[in-house]
Amino acid sequence: MHDRHIKLPERSIEKTTTTLNLGPTHPATHGVFQNILELDGERVVSSEQTVGYIHRAFEKIAERRPLYQITPLTDRMNYCSSPINNMGWHITCEKLLQIKLPKRVDYLRIIIMELARISDHLICNSIVGVDTGAFTGFLYVMQYRELIYEIYEEVCGSRLTTNIGRIGGFERNFTDTAFRKLEKFLDEYPRVLAEFENLFTRNRIFMERTMGIGGISAERALNYGFTGPNLRAAGVDYDVRAHSPYSSYEDFEFNIPVGNTGDNYDRFLVRNEEMRQSLSLIRQAYQKVQEFKGTEADVFHADTPEYYLPEKQDVYTKMEALIYHFKIVMGETDIPKGEVYQAVEGGNGELGFYLISDGGRSPYRLRFRRPCFIYYQAYDELVKGSMLSDAIVTLSSLNLIAGEMDG
Amino acid sequence: MALTNEIIRQRITERFGDQITEWDEPYGLLTFTAPKTINLKLLQFLYDDPELRFRFLTDICAVHYPNRTGEELAVVYHVHNLVDNIRLRFKVFTDINKPDVFTVTKLYEAANWLERETYDYFGINFIGHPNLKRILNVDEMDYFPMRKEFPMEDQTRRDKDDEMFGRG
Repeated sequence: MHDRHIKLPERSIEKTTTTLNLGPTHPATHGVFQNILELDGERVVSSEQTVGYIHRAFEKIAERRPLYQITPLTDRMNYCSSPINNMGWHITCEKLLQIKLPKRVDYLRIIIMELARISDHLICNSIVGVDTGAFTGFLYVMQYRELIYEIYEEVCGSRLTTNIGRIGGFERNFTDTAFRKLEKFLDEYPRVLAEFENLFTRNRIFMERTMGIGGISAERALNYGFTGPNLRAAGVDYDVRAHSPYSSYEDFEFNIPVGNTGDNYDRFLVRNEEMRQSLSLIRQAYQKVQEFKGTEADVFHADTPEYYLPEKQDVYTKMEALIYHFKIVMGETDIPKGEVYQAVEGGNGELGFYLISDGGRSPYRLRFRRPCFIYYQAYDELVKGSMLSDAIVTLSSLNLIAGEMDG
Repeated sequence: MALTNEIIRQRITERFGDQITEWDEPYGLLTFTAPKTINLKLLQFLYDDPELRFRFLTDICAVHYPNRTGEELAVVYHVHNLVDNIRLRFKVFTDINKPDVFTVTKLYEAANWLERETYDYFGINFIGHPNLKRILNVDEMDYFPMRKEFPMEDQTRRDKDDEMFGRG
């Protein structure tokens, strides 16, 4: 009998962990942020996040700008759904200035905000697909993001960083082309979404890559300050649109999908269902918009000349418009004193604006509650013990947007 | 019985008496000021009280008021009761020369980065924070940029080489 023990030289199996730098410019992070992972083989032992690579000090810049110049700053936070940020900012200002909007403007805003939500969610979900090895879905839905961007373009002239709308309404009425494109989108997208779900929802590879990974309990999620789809996937039905309605969301009927385990699969399902709910919201809003006839159908802003930046055409031809344009642009319009907190349901959760005004032309202090920044803290807890490749899927399924994180 | 601002105010006054000041309700959101020594006690009370149940931390941020001598910095807490859907905001003021405030990370995990951000911007020293270092700005920075003594650059200044900044 010979000795069947294999004698290994001492310390040939390393008991140390490997440090891996994921990011700041790694294709898997889909944005500029760094993760320092401690790996035991392929398992994640711990992770440390570094953010701030594209910090642009928006809160400081805002302290010097008049209200209408802050809108383009909000674009650059969650750039996958900038119209929601723009609208959130306008709604905050309108709350401070106590401007009551006509219903038609509210409904038009809902159309734009829900389109933005769809474009946000479809990017997130298709990227989850890419990170689990399925590229087709991503390319397929991208066409429809393009269609959404064309609608923005028709309404405000730009695509990604939209700067859409103004305090008090929109800069111009929706054109017929905009409505036609919207109809095309409403007509075609449900089928595309169904096909997209066919590719993933019951796909065995996809299910095994995402189920039970990156999960979080409802209690922990709340403690970590999760909001939006990530919180709903954990089973808490908190949605700002339903809890504190803004922009006449109370006039609409929609469901709030919730998950159960809070894992990557549930987040995927919740986002998919939210896209369906958004489609239904757009349909309802479009129907309500169509009910306005005659002069009512031309209303696209509130009647608040002292805060609403007038149309350029009027500035050149009308005295009052010229005066107000001058006053607003030269910063002679003071805003009332006050403190406002207004939240909207952004693509990633509760996007809050805390505005303190001391009566000057610009905010005394403006604080953005950026949902991404708050829930990214939980990443360490979500990936601890999982495989490296799963950590990457978790990263994309949280929908981390570097612009929103860094503010 | 639905929770209202009056009930909240009453409950808090019962517990903390006249330590709580500057009650206000701007745009329907109950707001007050508390001494900085009881910020954690207050949050714990709001969390534990079976009636109040403010268990969701929405936001922590700070504000600089240079004119309030001796209490230049304010830390603002926004908390939310998700069951009754009611929000609450309170401020604690602190001296800028000794900006020590207790951390609330023991109560809320979310407070970790929010307090780091607040430290980064305003230099509030959160006592007991597990990892109080800069988060958005570079580690080498030796000032706190959101304080009011650092104004934004005057856009009309002419002492710089404009060509270098793309506006020549």
